[in-house]
Amino acid sequence: MSTILECSGLTKKYGSRTALNHVDLKLESGRIIGLLGPNGSGKSTLIKLINSLLSPTEGSLRINGHEPGLETKKIVSYLPERSYLDENQKVSTYLSYFKDFYEDFDTVRAMDMLRRLNIDPALRIKTLSKGTQEKVQLILVMSRRAQLYCLDEPIAGVDPAARDYILATIINNYSEDASILISTHLIADVENILDEVVFIRDGQICMQAQVDEVRLKQGLSIDSLFREVFKC
Amino acid sequence: MAWNLDSNRPIYVQLAEQVQRDIISGLYQPGTKLPSVRELASQAKVNPNTMQKALTELEHSGLVYSQRTSGRFITEDKEMIETLKEQLASSQIQEFLEKMSCMGFQPQDTLHLIEKILKEGQS
Repeated sequence: MSTILECSGLTKKYGSRTALNHVDLKLESGRIIGLLGPNGSGKSTLIKLINSLLSPTEGSLRINGHEPGLETKKIVSYLPERSYLDENQKVSTYLSYFKDFYEDFDTVRAMDMLRRLNIDPALRIKTLSKGTQEKVQLILVMSRRAQLYCLDEPIAGVDPAARDYILATIINNYSEDASILISTHLIADVENILDEVVFIRDGQICMQAQVDEVRLKQGLSIDSLFREVFKC
Repeated sequence: MAWNLDSNRPIYVQLAEQVQRDIISGLYQPGTKLPSVRELASQAKVNPNTMQKALTELEHSGLVYSQRTSGRFITEDKEMIETLKEQLASSQIQEFLEKMSCMGFQPQDTLHLIEKILKEGQS
């Protein structure tokens, strides 16, 4: 197995506030990893650093051996926390944007997923419900043949049926040599699809473990373990 | 069919148990091909890596075997399946008897009760 992501001494400060504090983290390829932590623990900061939307104050971060930048954007597919789709555009416009921007975008796959959900690509984004908009974004992101998918809160704000669809889409599109990093605080909903969890608190990694090892050794679900570790 | 998974126990263990039950119940017949890892993972709504691990466990136990290029098959050893079926049944019965004994029933009382309920069911 090769290393897809490696952080060493990674630190990010916003003014005097430290969002990430000397994070050392290594993620291997071929795994689905949950990035779990309470609000404000640094999950989104880490994901934004991976996608070079932020630059580190200190330390380094390498994706497949490269510093975040042009090379890594080719292999990292990112689902941001908030929608960036322009509501006045059509779904089909985004299909062609993605096709133009990313060499690894698979239009056939995207069209197929849209068809299965009965989403007409000719519709404008604003005519879709919030849940459907989230599904469209996920379809765009998962239709890339990327090596690392970063999904920031992919299931927050959608109903349980849409959650099931989103998780199924993640599983079905996952290829064995890619890794998926999912940040969420809805642990019970995602824990059955994870290989590994990374717990983050106050900008530091406080645990990295295989999920079935946790269940085997501690007899706890990841959800219960989280509640124990982060008890207020 | 939905796969009921308990998040407090290792998922791969539960997946292996479920596939084992499906073999014992005859849903998967001896000698036939098992659906692919991806297909099973999608059915169970779990990560393919976890399903892979579950099937590897079953391979170790000899209940399924893999053929390099054509996938995984259920063992043709019917005796093995029968033995497993019996083991599973007796552990279920043990568990039931323990629960009954917690309620103050001796095994004999339990047996009488079962007979009574079966008779009532028939009439």
